[in-house]
Amino acid sequence: MAKVFIYPATSLILSDLVARFGHTPLSAAQSIREHIQTAGLESPPLQISPEDPKKGLKYAAVEVPSGVRGRMSLYGPMIEDAEAGIIIHDADLAFGCMGCARTNELIIFLLKKRDIPVLELNYPKTDAEGAEFVAAIRDFLVGLGREK
Amino acid sequence: MTTPVRIAQLSCGPEYSGVQKEIDQAAKAVDAEIFYPDISLADIRRDFTAFGLDVRSPDLKLAIARAKALVEGRVEADAVFIATCFRCAEAAIVRNELRRYIHENSKLPVVSYSFTERTTSGTLLTRMEALTTIARRRALLARETQVGLTLGLDSGSSTTKAVVMRDNKIIGTGWLPTTDVLESANATIQQALDMAGVKREEIQAVGTTGYGRFLVGEKIKADLIQEELTVNSKGAVFLADCQHGPSTVIDIGGMDNKAISVQDGIPGTFTMGGICAGASGRFLEMTAKRLGVDITELGPLALKGMSKQVAMNSYCIVFGTQSLVNALAAGSSKEDVAAAACHSVAEQVFEQQLQEVDIREPVIMVGGTSLIKGLVFAMGELLQVEIVVPPYSQYIGAVGSALLSSGFIREK
Repeated sequence: MAKVFIYPATSLILSDLVARFGHTPLSAAQSIREHIQTAGLESPPLQISPEDPKKGLKYAAVEVPSGVRGRMSLYGPMIEDAEAGIIIHDADLAFGCMGCARTNELIIFLLKKRDIPVLELNYPKTDAEGAEFVAAIRDFLVGLGREK
Repeated sequence: MTTPVRIAQLSCGPEYSGVQKEIDQAAKAVDAEIFYPDISLADIRRDFTAFGLDVRSPDLKLAIARAKALVEGRVEADAVFIATCFRCAEAAIVRNELRRYIHENSKLPVVSYSFTERTTSGTLLTRMEALTTIARRRALLARETQVGLTLGLDSGSSTTKAVVMRDNKIIGTGWLPTTDVLESANATIQQALDMAGVKREEIQAVGTTGYGRFLVGEKIKADLIQEELTVNSKGAVFLADCQHGPSTVIDIGGMDNKAISVQDGIPGTFTMGGICAGASGRFLEMTAKRLGVDITELGPLALKGMSKQVAMNSYCIVFGTQSLVNALAAGSSKEDVAAAACHSVAEQVFEQQLQEVDIREPVIMVGGTSLIKGLVFAMGELLQVEIVVPPYSQYIGAVGSALLSSGFIREK
């Protein structure tokens, strides 16, 4: 079974689909949960401590806004860990939404740069497109299982 | 126990920059609470589209929708704090447009800030204090006339100023460089009292402002301890005799600068800060020292020179000083260098701060640097307006404090 990075990383539907086909979704909820539950001196009250944007320097230089670097400290390690990826372009806000467009551009770029299977789809606008959308994700996830 | 002032936060990125806690702490320190206006997904889709600024970042779309909810009264708040990441162009556009939109369409005081992961609650404190003052003390800020015998003290980063006022007139002033904060304050107060010919115990109310306001205010048992944004606005419109209608107050200080858009004497939007001392009065002090003239001579000297003759950019005080030394070494005249230094400081303030407030006439320059005529001239040239420098402009904070503190006489 593969570790699949999903974009938008906040999409519960996408996360659920990946898990249903026996894979491990790499998503925002998981990263933030680990971040909060890992006991330590710097356990932050919110998602991010002031130290995290510095960890994000591995993925974005110091002239990049702190919010991008802070977000990358969450998502960067997951992208490195991923064995596959699913990218949904122009998703509806209700499907899953990530706050910063610049971070999103960087996440998609870094994910595509990895030499791993990546499925890219546009968010469906009709019922027919919706059926094709789910089928494409299913085929991709089933295929991942076979490769393994 | 007073009810906390409710400050609505419109933001993108503070929680991911690790600074949300600092924002919350700064608000708590001035008895305010930060909250996020609660809106639905349908509100976001509708309001973001209606606003018409087609940004990509969903957090900015959310901020836009929240701003509309506040302006349209669907969510109640006392004040608004807009915060986005420093160096993000998309967010900077939204920040400016939201501030303008809220300012033009509601009575909510609004302040915006671009943060980095190093932003601390201390940096935000004066801004939060001003926001809560405007929200909580509208009645106090509505005061237009000074009554009785009051003392105002401005404990600034470079100089300490004191003013004694009686029945709406300034009768004594004091001005000394700030060294030991308390000693400078006491000596300046004594200067003002001596000039006014009154004794300390005759003073009916005292107000303090400036960086040392808390320390001095507690020591001398001030009735009013208030940040300089609201106090300077009041002082400026009082001295310039334009207490009604719009105005813009510019205070280029020794350590930081303030640009305040004022309506009826109450700040609406304001910016505070400055990237480097190259955009402050400190650079002009250094220039005067390097030219071998007193700071009081720099302004008249600059008026005789042509700023365009010397290339100078004081975005950074070190590079600014380097340009200054190079210009003198290349044979530039003192007059031209003085003019270039004034132009450079005015340009930095214009580029870094005045873009963030709506410039509405009259434009009033205050603080010690308003006495440097070359700087006032350069600012007027850049803004294409005639700048007003009221009498006693260097005592602005002390005058504002003396004026506002007279509101406490009746309570005694």
